[in-house]
Amino acid sequence: MHASIILLLPFFSALVILLGHRHLKGAAVLISVGSSVISFIACVALLAVADDKDNTKLLLPFLDVGQFHANIDVLIDKQSRGMMFIVSFIGMLVHLFSLGYMKDDDAKPRFFGSLSLFMFSMTGIVLAGNLIMMFIFWELVGLSSYLLIGHWYQKASAAEACKKAFLTNRIGDFGFMIGILLLFGLNKGDVSLDNLRDAFVHGGALFDAQKSNPGIITAAALCIFMGAMGKSAQFPLHVWLPDAMEGPTPVSALIHAATMVAAGVYMLVRVSFLIEASPLAAEIIAGIGCFTALMAALMATQQNDIKRVLAYSTLSQLGYMVMAVGAVAMAAKNGYEPHAAEPGHPAMFHLYTHAFFKAMLFLGSGAVIYACHHEQDIWKMGGLRKHMPVTFYTFAIGTAALMGVPFFSGFLSKEAVLGVAFDSGCKVLFIAGAVTAALTAFYMTRLLIVAFFGKPRTDSAHHATEAPMIMILPLAILAIFSVLSGYDILATPLQAMKPPHVEGHQTVLWASLIALAVGVSGAIYLYRGKDKDPVNIKLFANKFYFDEIYAVIILICQDRLAWVVNALERIVVDGLVARLPTAIVARLGAATRMLQGGHLQGYTFLLGSGVIAVVYLVVFVLPRLGH
Amino acid sequence: MSVLELIIALPLLAVLAIWLGAPARAASLGATFINLILVLYTAVQYAGKTGLAFTYSRPILENPSLSFAVGADGISIILALLTALVMLAAIWQIEDRPPIFYIASLFIGGGALGAFLTTDVFFIYAFHELALIPTFLMIALHGRAEPAQRKAVAWKATIYLGAGSLVLLAGLAWLVLEFSGGSKLTFDLEALRSQAKLTPLPDAKQAQIFFVLLLGFGSLVSLFPFHSWAAPAYATAPTPVAMLHSGVLKKFGLYGLIRIALPLLPQGAHVEWVQNALLLMLLGNILVMGLVTIYASRLDDTLANSSVMHMGYIFLGIAAGTDISLKGAVILTFAHGISIALLFGLCGRMRNQLGTLEYNKLGGLASHAPAFTVLFAFGAFASIGLPGLTNFAGEVMIFLGNFTEVKAGVLSNLQWTVILALWGVVMSAVYMLRAYRSIFHGSPATGLFMIDPAFSQRVPFILLAATLLITGCCPWLLLNLMKSAL
Repeated sequence: MHASIILLLPFFSALVILLGHRHLKGAAVLISVGSSVISFIACVALLAVADDKDNTKLLLPFLDVGQFHANIDVLIDKQSRGMMFIVSFIGMLVHLFSLGYMKDDDAKPRFFGSLSLFMFSMTGIVLAGNLIMMFIFWELVGLSSYLLIGHWYQKASAAEACKKAFLTNRIGDFGFMIGILLLFGLNKGDVSLDNLRDAFVHGGALFDAQKSNPGIITAAALCIFMGAMGKSAQFPLHVWLPDAMEGPTPVSALIHAATMVAAGVYMLVRVSFLIEASPLAAEIIAGIGCFTALMAALMATQQNDIKRVLAYSTLSQLGYMVMAVGAVAMAAKNGYEPHAAEPGHPAMFHLYTHAFFKAMLFLGSGAVIYACHHEQDIWKMGGLRKHMPVTFYTFAIGTAALMGVPFFSGFLSKEAVLGVAFDSGCKVLFIAGAVTAALTAFYMTRLLIVAFFGKPRTDSAHHATEAPMIMILPLAILAIFSVLSGYDILATPLQAMKPPHVEGHQTVLWASLIALAVGVSGAIYLYRGKDKDPVNIKLFANKFYFDEIYAVIILICQDRLAWVVNALERIVVDGLVARLPTAIVARLGAATRMLQGGHLQGYTFLLGSGVIAVVYLVVFVLPRLGH
Repeated sequence: MSVLELIIALPLLAVLAIWLGAPARAASLGATFINLILVLYTAVQYAGKTGLAFTYSRPILENPSLSFAVGADGISIILALLTALVMLAAIWQIEDRPPIFYIASLFIGGGALGAFLTTDVFFIYAFHELALIPTFLMIALHGRAEPAQRKAVAWKATIYLGAGSLVLLAGLAWLVLEFSGGSKLTFDLEALRSQAKLTPLPDAKQAQIFFVLLLGFGSLVSLFPFHSWAAPAYATAPTPVAMLHSGVLKKFGLYGLIRIALPLLPQGAHVEWVQNALLLMLLGNILVMGLVTIYASRLDDTLANSSVMHMGYIFLGIAAGTDISLKGAVILTFAHGISIALLFGLCGRMRNQLGTLEYNKLGGLASHAPAFTVLFAFGAFASIGLPGLTNFAGEVMIFLGNFTEVKAGVLSNLQWTVILALWGVVMSAVYMLRAYRSIFHGSPATGLFMIDPAFSQRVPFILLAATLLITGCCPWLLLNLMKSAL
């Protein structure tokens, strides 16, 4: 009941707005915001629903052939309940914030329609009871992200960014689909999450495959991971996320910080049994997550666009979560018990806390951008602390949470991730994690100092005023949650409790405190009172030149190759299959010459009569020959 | 008399009426509208049933046994539905054209309906030929190119499709002769099918006949490397002809393979050499034509080549030959027909209004014509397999149907082909989104102006887009028509 409201309400909202947005105008906004509020209420009600023995329930039919079913069925368990709360809660706040932020936009109905479409698709991913349904909504999330990044499609940069996001995600989905197909084949045509888990835990066809050919399980796990690499922007498919900042800022907060990009991590946690079955896949996943976290943090230290700093920070934090997924599977070998009834997954814990504080930071940056008349360069801001006090304090709370200041939520969840990295038995993960934490503290302090402290560097910063109430309110609410979400008061209802091993790790505790101190003091030392960036590292500022490298690869492997194949197709195929026979036929005599002379009507008439003649032969002459 | 006979006859009666002086547009719209209602009626009647329905037979000859026999199973009904929808849309969108446009559309559509709804191999074949001839004529007479060039294009298509038809005819004759051993020669598909069940041919012979049929039916569907007629023909053909041929008539080859070749020669496609040949050819469709499509620099080129490319996926479903993949192939046939007709229809409208389809001259149309943009997006995203639109359901069933079993953790040739073919899904996103970006996004190019079609002009496209959305969200509606295992 709840599930169908949560899933279908935003669908109908999107449909109604799509069909009638030119007639609806203001009503479109009302429908969309209303549906987001109602689904939030339904999600809160969902938290109270107790676990059922048979959790997967059929919601709508989709495909049904003989023994094979791929339907819209929902799996309600503690993970989907918690995730649904996050998605609907932040979704609702972003809807409200957008009322202010998008007030003057001409295409407001289109914007809210796309937001509803996003809420529908994201809900589908969270509730998905089988991998095919997950794939369906996975792609739909890609579509809504495409529409929202391209909201201002008249701008060339936005048009390119949305295309890039969709295509990069498609590459990830290519792997995801292969992974689903492999599991489908190995598990006798059943890809429901419950049954797959059973097959791994209790033994079954999949279990046999694991024994006889472990390589194929690793392949399946890595292919599924490719899907997560696309959505959660992991190296080497990370390039789309910074460009996605071309979308309106509320979209960046909801989709490209809190929910859609977290879908990859969520999906990996959903199939953690698969990753645990393959030690090699677990190590690769942890390695890629760790690399992404470190690389993106380095890039973030040299960005000047307020949203880009946050975007690279998101990349880095997503890397953290993915590393945690891999590390949990690695630690499972060392006696870590991830399947115990109560403890949550450290990746999910960090996902929850990050969703609150990162959405808050993005909305805060939106308020700043709004106040500075769409100025995004932090070096053209400065002194905003006095002009926009509420925004400043909430932004500072979000920053503290992200940096991992003790007693803020980020401190607890980051410690959980570092703890499991420590437990994984791979020291590199732990050390890289700690270095990333220091870098995080560094670039966030830099952002805070440059944008909010010192003196206004431009007129627009000088005249900035506090954002309207409808934008401030979501900020304040999220700020509260940025602190609380680490504690039992919120973690318990969300069933995302801290994993057990963390407490008692003195090394982990000291490492995160030292990282924080080093990062913050380094940034204060370098940036206090500066009017331009004293550090200049081209490699970081230019994002390790990934965009340039990819452009070359695409040029060679796709566009040049397409040119060659096109030429070959013209010359070889057309030459051999078409020209040659045509030339032979054309030399066969006067009759054909006449036809080529343009009497095509005559030819088609001949073709028709020829066909009839042949048919006549077959019908009347051949049988006689047979006797 | 069966309702199917009425469905086949209506378009031809409309032609007669126009010839006798009835207003062309009213007569053809009336006939196609009634036809759509009738086809929907048969679909509703048939839903959930199995076997052949609405049969009626008018004997013509004793020996060889030949009769005008109609009858439909789920596959025929789905294709008839496709035909009725595309016909209505194609005829509706004609504006300010001489009656020959209506007559040709009625002939193509009526011929296709005849081919899909009769059950006698002779008539299946003859109806298809009936529909082909106006296609060539319209390209030659009213194509969108200089007279010399459009005649060359029509000539090329005629040679390919004519040669393909003849190979097909040879294959069908061989088939009929093999199964009619004994005294009585029959063309009745049902009789042939029961004969094939009773006394199947040896595998080696099945493979040979299947291969001949594959080449014959295949060239009609632009199977690589017999595809090079398709791109110029669609780019040149007048809009309703491009819609009807790419959307409906081309599907005859696939229909024939699924409805005639596979049931009569169940092992034919699985004999190793045939299967490997088919897999290579379909990879040519997907990978080679995918790259060729990426190279295209004009919308009509992109659409025409993409249409060749997407046939590869349907062949993939046929190659696997499992219940799931064949049903997927039928759904994708339907879906592709609707989506490509939608795209060609909109493309024709763009050409009329803008005078160019070259990407580097276009841009920013979304600001001028938002409704047109949304309709185009339906077609574009359907054709790249976005879930929620019908093509996805077909594609995913084809892929899954190839993976019903992974034996001992080792992949078969078919399964490796699927993995390669999946890369094509990425390629189609590349060319479609590039096209979409350069036509609709960005700031409007100077001197380029396009307005949204009026509501009555939008109806045919809304009809197709709505079909994609409804059957895309509820593909079980189509599966309900195919309850029996294939």
